[in-house]
Amino acid sequence: MTQKLKFSLQRRQVVHQILENRGDAAVVTGIGNAVHDVASANDDAKNMYLAGVMGGACMVAFGIALAQPGRRILVITGDGELLAGIGSLATIGVEQPKNLSIIVIDNQAYGATGNQHTHTGRGVDLVGIAKASNFKNTALITNKKELQAQIPNIYQKPGPYFAVVKVVSKSSPRINAPKDGTYVSRRFRSAVAGEGA
Amino acid sequence: MGIKPKIVLDRRTVVKEILKDRGDLLLVTGLGAPTWDAAAVGDHINNFYLWGAMGGAALTGLGLALAQPNRRILVITGDGEMLMGVGGLATISVKKTPNLAICILDNQRYGETGMQETHTQHGVDLSKMASGAGIKNTSIVYTKNELKKAIPILYEETGPVFVNVKVTDKPVPMTLPPRDGPLLKHRFRENLLGHI
Amino acid sequence: MAVKKKTSWSNAVFKILKENNIKQIAYVPDAGHTSLIQKAIEDNIVNPVSLTSEQEGIAVLSGAWLGGDAGALLLQSSGVGNIINMLGMVNECRFPLLMLVTMRGEWGEFNPWQVPMGQATQVVLEASGVIVHRAEEPQDIAETVEAAAKLAFEGGRMVAVLIGQRVVGFKDWAK
Repeated sequence: MTQKLKFSLQRRQVVHQILENRGDAAVVTGIGNAVHDVASANDDAKNMYLAGVMGGACMVAFGIALAQPGRRILVITGDGELLAGIGSLATIGVEQPKNLSIIVIDNQAYGATGNQHTHTGRGVDLVGIAKASNFKNTALITNKKELQAQIPNIYQKPGPYFAVVKVVSKSSPRINAPKDGTYVSRRFRSAVAGEGA
Repeated sequence: MGIKPKIVLDRRTVVKEILKDRGDLLLVTGLGAPTWDAAAVGDHINNFYLWGAMGGAALTGLGLALAQPNRRILVITGDGEMLMGVGGLATISVKKTPNLAICILDNQRYGETGMQETHTQHGVDLSKMASGAGIKNTSIVYTKNELKKAIPILYEETGPVFVNVKVTDKPVPMTLPPRDGPLLKHRFRENLLGHI
Repeated sequence: MAVKKKTSWSNAVFKILKENNIKQIAYVPDAGHTSLIQKAIEDNIVNPVSLTSEQEGIAVLSGAWLGGDAGALLLQSSGVGNIINMLGMVNECRFPLLMLVTMRGEWGEFNPWQVPMGQATQVVLEASGVIVHRAEEPQDIAETVEAAAKLAFEGGRMVAVLIGQRVVGFKDWAK
């Protein structure tokens, strides 16, 4: 049943590399490891950490993308989180936000709850679903070279852009990421929309 | 992309054709028009009509298919209903139920609420989503001829199979089957299991 | 993860599920359910159904009952928020429904985002017509599940067992 493919990319390094030259991009994370991956790169005020609302990261980011058309909005989330709200891809595919990029860190497991297999290790192709949902720019990233080639596309290709990065199924250490929703959201809003917004 | 063929099929004719030689098929219908379509062919003791639970038709079919591995299960539902529970396609693909067939009547509209456009009107392709979800046997039907070829797929080919039938948004009269949940449940189970 | 040892109660709970002829176990993973899920996967008779979202599980178990199988849904309290509309079918058709809910957002919760749904779980279920039992001590869980299974499958009702966070144990944000 389960595909025994070996992947070598480390989730934390991948996320750090993607965010290295993020400029004024804003980032929304899905629940779980993605919060810690992004926060450990740099706790930027333009990070919105979702430590709940499983399945909601893409639509939160979509709302931001509409409100901030001049800014690139990145979603960094896990495969389990995306699957829980997979219909959002269809909604985003219809709306075609030019400034939205979705990056799925796919370890084929529910890392936060005991590493149960998700559907992605068992024949479910998220890139295929994104294409079927009318995403014109998609990528499957399985090694360093592909990652390097795609990083400019994440920031520059017309959105909605969608990439799946296959990573090793091992959680990185958690860090003390900000978790107070009121604080994180007010800080985010001021950072992207201006003080007092 | 190419130019999409014109949508010509009438939903009532499609469902009538599909159910013409149904044998001992067990049918689950999604809420709204697919339920009325099945009722228009004629009420049947092997029909379980959903009158609610939007997004749940294909998954109800999955549970039924797991419980009744020797029977063929067909789910007929609409594009809006399928979209609301579209993650279910991934769940169904992972279970690889050989006896489950899903047929979408895709009019690209939310028919019961005023014919608003659904996502399939705007580039979202449900049969490709199903294949992205890992379902190997998927197809799209625009013509009578394609429908004729798709019907044996629904009945005979190894499931899960997924057939998206594009139908017109022409209004059809409402034909209402029984709607009392316990009645529908009891007659379905009694006939199938010999007890309620 | 400071999750307490849970094999002891999950063994007993799985035995009860088997005694009640549970054939389909649908689940969205939760740390508290880990070993129960594993048992469902390893069992030769139980058909495990891994879901993308909890609402799928309500529909799967409705189909299971229509086809003559009994089933159970394993979920976390946050997932209760995803099933409410789908419960309407179960309620109207009076399908039996057994749900085992591991609680978050209460005892020793570290993640503030879990608190609102965790605090609403019981009232939301009850408002939807679900009978709610709670188990707060490890030794109570099996007995509570047994009573809930009886009420669900013989009494023909929707029943949820909320397994308190005190039993499941709590995680640390930074570990």
